[in-house]
Amino acid sequence: MREKELEKLKEYKYGFSTDIETIKAPKGLNEEVIKFISKIKKEPKWLLDWRLKAYKRLKVLKEPNWQKPKYPKINYQDLYYYSAPKSFKEKPKSLDELDPKLLETYKKLGIPLQEQKRLNNIAVDAVFDSVSVATTFKEKLTEKGIIFCSISEAIQKHPDLVKKYLGSVIPITDHYFATLNSAVFTDGSFVYIPENVRCPMELSTYFRINASQTGQFERTLIIADKGSYVSYLEGCTAPMRDENQLHAANVELVALDDAEIKYSTVQNWYPGDKDGKGGIYNFVTKRGLCKGKNSKISWTQVETGSAITWKYPSCILMGDNSIGEFYSIAITNNYQKADTGTKMTHLGKNTKSKIISKGISAGFADNTYRGLVDIGRNAINSRNYTQCDSLLIGNKCGAHTVPYIRNKNSLANVEHEATTSKISDEQLFYCNQRGLNQEEAVSLIVNGFCKEVLQQLPMEFAVEAQKLVGISLEGSVG
Amino acid sequence: MLNIHNLSAKIDKKSILNGLSLKIKPGEVHAIMGPNGSGKSTLANILSGKKGYDISGKVSYENNDLFNLAIEERAHKGLFLAFQYPLEIPGVNTSNFLKTSLNAIRKSKGQKELDALEFLKIVKKKASELKIDEKILNRQLNVGFSGGEKKKNEILQMSLIEPKMAILDETDSGLDIDALKIVAKGVNALRGKERSFLIITHYQRLLDYIKPDFVHVLMNGKIAKSGCMELAEELEKTGYEKI
Ligand SMILES: Nc1ncnc2c1ncn2[C@@H]1O[C@H](COP(=O)(O)OP(=O)(O)OP(=O)(O)O)[C@@H](O)[C@H]1O
Ligand SMILES: [Mg+2]
Repeated sequence: MREKELEKLKEYKYGFSTDIETIKAPKGLNEEVIKFISKIKKEPKWLLDWRLKAYKRLKVLKEPNWQKPKYPKINYQDLYYYSAPKSFKEKPKSLDELDPKLLETYKKLGIPLQEQKRLNNIAVDAVFDSVSVATTFKEKLTEKGIIFCSISEAIQKHPDLVKKYLGSVIPITDHYFATLNSAVFTDGSFVYIPENVRCPMELSTYFRINASQTGQFERTLIIADKGSYVSYLEGCTAPMRDENQLHAANVELVALDDAEIKYSTVQNWYPGDKDGKGGIYNFVTKRGLCKGKNSKISWTQVETGSAITWKYPSCILMGDNSIGEFYSIAITNNYQKADTGTKMTHLGKNTKSKIISKGISAGFADNTYRGLVDIGRNAINSRNYTQCDSLLIGNKCGAHTVPYIRNKNSLANVEHEATTSKISDEQLFYCNQRGLNQEEAVSLIVNGFCKEVLQQLPMEFAVEAQKLVGISLEGSVG
Repeated sequence: MLNIHNLSAKIDKKSILNGLSLKIKPGEVHAIMGPNGSGKSTLANILSGKKGYDISGKVSYENNDLFNLAIEERAHKGLFLAFQYPLEIPGVNTSNFLKTSLNAIRKSKGQKELDALEFLKIVKKKASELKIDEKILNRQLNVGFSGGEKKKNEILQMSLIEPKMAILDETDSGLDIDALKIVAKGVNALRGKERSFLIITHYQRLLDYIKPDFVHVLMNGKIAKSGCMELAEELEKTGYEKI
């Protein structure tokens, strides 16, 4: 390997790519490609029609341009919308049938798929480019009636559930990237927790973009039936490539009466190199519907990767007494840009939402919190608490807070607090004097700054996230 | 241990230290007194590696050229500074900071890092010896600490790290009588053949408890006068004018 590449690998340790034979849809976006995807996935007609409807709508939609980070025009005709390992034409029935190269890839990523080495008490669904390659711990979950599989499998085996809820939170006509996803989505995870079942383990999906010039459009749907509980974690990485790669996922959550969904993300897509070349465009739509009374949806995100992050995990608080939460850490270094936040839509009575956002900016990066608290006419006694803190490292980066509040109910209560601080040279000197080097010092201070959010992560991932926080900021102070 | 030779320092072209020399042998306790603004903290900062000074002269520390060592390397090699104004770091838990610091230093010496339980046991013991309320361990580092609590926290860190060369910059200022005794106790407990101290103070009182081997007066950027405890007593009576 050339020295330069080695140097790069040190910076982003997931930056390798796997040399594997793939089946691809023809390049470009058109009805034929959508039909190709639908056909290869043996989808029912209603779903193909649904996709085509989305595509028709897409043709009249425009990409949003109100967000702060601008990016060069994406040529949608120059992308592959489907890429799958060749060995996958028929999905392997068991892990033994998996291409060893794939197993190797996941091993390198630290995600053991093989039975005996599986993460302790965490069920994993792994998505490689466009398809789900393995779901672990299936039997144990089936005992409780829990469905955890790829969305493609759910379309075959649980069509009624999929048909009922797919697009019920993010309509196919929503906005450009969501609609694009509806037209061309390839795989993702599906979760259904039956009534009064508490999912006994963390469910986790691991996304990996491998093929070049390929977009990843995954679709995740989680349904928590009455009185159930589930905690779900999503992780992601991609190889380092000089071109920008598009990732436009849709995630829909539905919580019925008294149900709770906890959705955590540790996003570590390739952020581009030091000079801002390459990296993932992470344009993601995530929305949760608290459909039933007393339901709760909690989003926790640790966003450290991607060249541009553009996402607003949101909650629609429809059921009375429902609760929405958003805990976020967004770290941008070098030339990364993030425009992220949430939307809390209060419709039911006594609905509550809480927003804790921690933005960290270093190098030449730019970090924006953008949020909307929307309190409807009937949302009597609703409450929101928002806290947005920004931390700057160095003086060439930027941080912005854009909170919108729309309150149509005089009996609602909305609170907003915001702070901006900087890591001072004096603080660093103090830490150095106590034996910490620059990187350890920054990591300690930043982890302290984000503590409230890190605490929300499932234990198994909190430690990893803490390390990631440190790694993402390496080299941020001279 | 520490050999300062002809040290001069400027900040923004303003000369602060001007050919200062001082030699500290292992086991010795030196006190430095001097008027406000005479450069005592500047000396302490330069020795610990703070940037932003225009420096000339030579300082060797245990046969190393001190200026070739990074700040944290000096700390790893046993140099400790108790700050005149300890820094507040919001969000960072005090106990976690102390543990991270101690483990970084242990690691550099090839010692095993302490886990949370082992550390807790040690820190609780040290805190109780120094009569420091354990509650501060669970607060954000120095945030909202009283002046005295901040100083005591520095002494707690010193007693955890057990440095070879400890510099105390006015650790006694702003302390009540009991706390003053605690600081003295912390220093005296560490005293030994291999450890040296440089104690910056304005008051004889602390020195009464610590009994330094030497007392120096820093004025006009250099050591203007050196002596024993009597010099501190004399200064207390007559001030700096006669020197
Ligand atoms: N960053 C700086 N910029 C400009 N002047 C400085 C700076 N730091 C220190 N000085 C000046 O250097 C001189 C020495 O300061 P220093 O803090 O070392 O004094 P000191 O002897 O510790 O005083 P005190 O007894 O009040 O603590 C003072 O005149 C101070 O104003
Ligand atoms: Mg001073």
